Amino acid sequence: MEFNIEKIVTAGNKGKGIRSDCFVTMELQESGGIQLEIQSKVIVFYGESIKHLALSMLEFFEIANAKLLIEDTGAIDCVLSARIEAVIKQLIKTDKNYLPEMISSNLYSTLKDRNRFSRLYLPGNSPSLMLNAGIHKPNAIILDLEDAVAVDKKFEASFLVRNALRAMDFYGAERMVRINQIPRGIDDLVYLIPHNVNLLLVPKCEEAEQIKILNNKIDELKKLHGITNPIWLMPIIESAKGIMNAYQIAQSADNIVSMAIGLEDYTADLGTKRTYEATESFFARSMVVNACRAVGIQPIDSVFSDIADMEALKENVLKSKALGFDGMGCIHPRQIGVIHEYFAPDVAEIEKARKIVLAFDEATEKGLGVVSLGSKMIDPPVVKRALKTIELAVNMGKLSKEWRSE
Amino acid sequence: MKKYDNLVRNAAGRVVPTEVNGVSQFPFMGIGQFKPTGRKYAPQIVSCSDYPEDGNKTVSTLKDALIKSGLKDGMVISTHHHFRNGDLIAVQIFDIAKELGIKDLVWVPSASFECQSVLVKYLEDGTIHHIEGSMNGSLGRFTSEGKMNGLGILRSHGGRYQAIQDGEVIIDIAVIAAPTADPFGNATGDRGPAACGLLGFALADSQYANKVVVVTDNLVPFPCIPWQIQGNYVDYVVVVEKVGIPEKIVSGTTEITKSPDRLLLAEWTAQFCDEAGIIKDGFSFQAGAGGTALSIGVYFADILRERGMKSRWARGGSNKYLVKMLEEGLLDYILDGQTFDLDGVRSMRENEGHVNTSPFTSYNYHGKGNFSSMVDVVILGATEVDVNFNANVVTHSDGYLLHGIGGWQNCLHAKCTIIPVPLFRDRIPVILDEVTTLCGPGELIDVIVTERGIAINPRRTDLIEKMKNSSLPIKTIQELKDEAERICGKPAKPKLSDEIVAVVKWVDGTILDSIRKVL
Repeated sequence: MEFNIEKIVTAGNKGKGIRSDCFVTMELQESGGIQLEIQSKVIVFYGESIKHLALSMLEFFEIANAKLLIEDTGAIDCVLSARIEAVIKQLIKTDKNYLPEMISSNLYSTLKDRNRFSRLYLPGNSPSLMLNAGIHKPNAIILDLEDAVAVDKKFEASFLVRNALRAMDFYGAERMVRINQIPRGIDDLVYLIPHNVNLLLVPKCEEAEQIKILNNKIDELKKLHGITNPIWLMPIIESAKGIMNAYQIAQSADNIVSMAIGLEDYTADLGTKRTYEATESFFARSMVVNACRAVGIQPIDSVFSDIADMEALKENVLKSKALGFDGMGCIHPRQIGVIHEYFAPDVAEIEKARKIVLAFDEATEKGLGVVSLGSKMIDPPVVKRALKTIELAVNMGKLSKEWRSE
Repeated sequence: MKKYDNLVRNAAGRVVPTEVNGVSQFPFMGIGQFKPTGRKYAPQIVSCSDYPEDGNKTVSTLKDALIKSGLKDGMVISTHHHFRNGDLIAVQIFDIAKELGIKDLVWVPSASFECQSVLVKYLEDGTIHHIEGSMNGSLGRFTSEGKMNGLGILRSHGGRYQAIQDGEVIIDIAVIAAPTADPFGNATGDRGPAACGLLGFALADSQYANKVVVVTDNLVPFPCIPWQIQGNYVDYVVVVEKVGIPEKIVSGTTEITKSPDRLLLAEWTAQFCDEAGIIKDGFSFQAGAGGTALSIGVYFADILRERGMKSRWARGGSNKYLVKMLEEGLLDYILDGQTFDLDGVRSMRENEGHVNTSPFTSYNYHGKGNFSSMVDVVILGATEVDVNFNANVVTHSDGYLLHGIGGWQNCLHAKCTIIPVPLFRDRIPVILDEVTTLCGPGELIDVIVTERGIAINPRRTDLIEKMKNSSLPIKTIQELKDEAERICGKPAKPKLSDEIVAVVKWVDGTILDSIRKVL
């Protein structure tokens, strides 16, 4: 084992406004055993437990002489262990990983065409925002390793995201991670693939080749760890080049389930500014929608950044839906409700779908091959979409489960 | 140090002293079980011949007033928290006492605030013997560490009225800081540079204290209208430059919360009330201060507006959101116990439907009924709750006494009591096997709303039945506790000393629990 003596390393966050986190400082020593200091606002309740965790980890990594300071603001175990592992691995080279137990409620996989109206972005190095993310019932959470994490915090964030995937309950939300840009993002995969990530967002995707490189590594790791759950991809198009290649990217792999557009970077790339009217991105958004529809995947719109203005968000959602998008990113839990409400089928859509499904039921019952409503023939894709609308309306409580008998 | 040989286990299973600061006490006997006999305390008979015929009771300084009131060792001095953290008078009283070399005073505030934390020095040097009322922040910490000479007594707002009325607390000198007063002693809180709304907490003191001093920075010629405090009870009037700091009179928690987690609690609480059939035309509610409670009021307003219904009355703490409901016609009356912001103060002056009340009308348990049991739903906070729905509002899980009871205990008598709390705060679970300090017996607490589920007290079979098909996540309290421990880990139980530093009174004056010294 290689030791790095006389180097002081840190991981985690501290300071004003920081909660549910810890800041760990570590230094290896030639001798003197373990000098552990814990400062915690929950010391009365968890002091012994933190001490036990820290000592077990040092023993696990075979460290006998070190100074370790833990400044804790109420971090739960999987956060503490991520921070401690992050300092240890800055000091020693080892193949060992200290993994928190995978909670059984996290072992779900997701369907390709699952509803993806809302995806809540969570900065990958901020545990306090992760803890309660699932209670707001977004369709998905995104643990973000890319733009939301400062460059010098990327290393420690990988451990935190890995541990969150194992030990934090997101209450049924699709578990997504936004990896770093390819090629750097390839290195993120070892922290994610073995830990039941459902979907990877691929930022600044510009060509199909990037997806191939990514999938090669995913397949390699899946094989290595015996992973059979699907791992879906959502490329994010954020440049003019990406837009021009949107269709090639969309069809480049079977595990791409949707494609998103990132407008901040895209408008910067165009040399223009993002405006409220969004005429500058109309072409790009339509390109993404068309590329997605052409290959049968979900087009997803950019986030709306004014978290205080729910009325503007509503208008934005309605515009987005009208353009053909199936969902939108969220940067604040309060946006979830508005996004669900207005991406969901409205009264007129539900009513139309209801009539089509009833006509379909009737045709099936009579053994007719053709569904018709009045004098109009209904094509199978329309029926399929109507069935989906009804399913969605029922799931979102906009239509009673017993709607057929009402 | 203090040793208590006479300890008993009360009806709630809590070990409490039978004597506090030399006065014998009744242990808690169960809700509504203690029926005192005898008559209320009566103040001394006085004669008009001892008071100026021209009605001018002004004296030049607070010190003069206190000396004329006969300030001496061991006296019981009362003050009120109408100015909240902007109070400038309470500390001056003890500065004067110190200057005069007076010892062993008992301070009976209706609530204490951080601006009074400097009084720690007078607790240390013996000017003040102990506090009966509330011990918040630094004063609570001081008490918890066993440094106060006597035993602290915590009472609810209603319990304070009851104790004064029943003669459990005999106030020698009451000092009432008033935003506006006349030379006769009539006083009001709804106007003046330091307007704070109402002076209801001082009502008992004005009626029962041996000497009553009114201090104001806005003396108006007789009559001061309205007279929330009647000059006929008042001995002396003192004019000072400033009674309070207006910007600090407004409570810290007068904005609805922006926290998404708290908004979720508020949303679920409102939805619960709606689905349980509590929100209906003519219903009444009380939602206290604090971001979550305020947000619930806003959701109530949304529901009423949408359905074209209105609420008959709401209990304040009034705030701009309640005032908006009143002025929008969604609410007939605000029965206000204290005004939390300047919109509340303005509304009390301007709106006929905004009525000032007192702990006598709202909360006094030794009266012929009170308003608190007539409220359809009350939303309260808590530091801890336990699997038997008992709740704590004064100590934290580490044993430190940091908050007063306020009107909290009195409010528990509402038809439905709901406590929205996060399942854990900074890793510390809020639902425990047993609360550190019992402030509210579980039989009065109906619903606990957390961000991970809602628990209904098994005693409320009616509510359980109503919520059978709800889309809300109804769980058992044990399930919620287990979930918190799954996330946070099981917390170690803090070790507290056997030594008692304060007691919690129930609304009827019996002792509900003891607060132990922290180690």
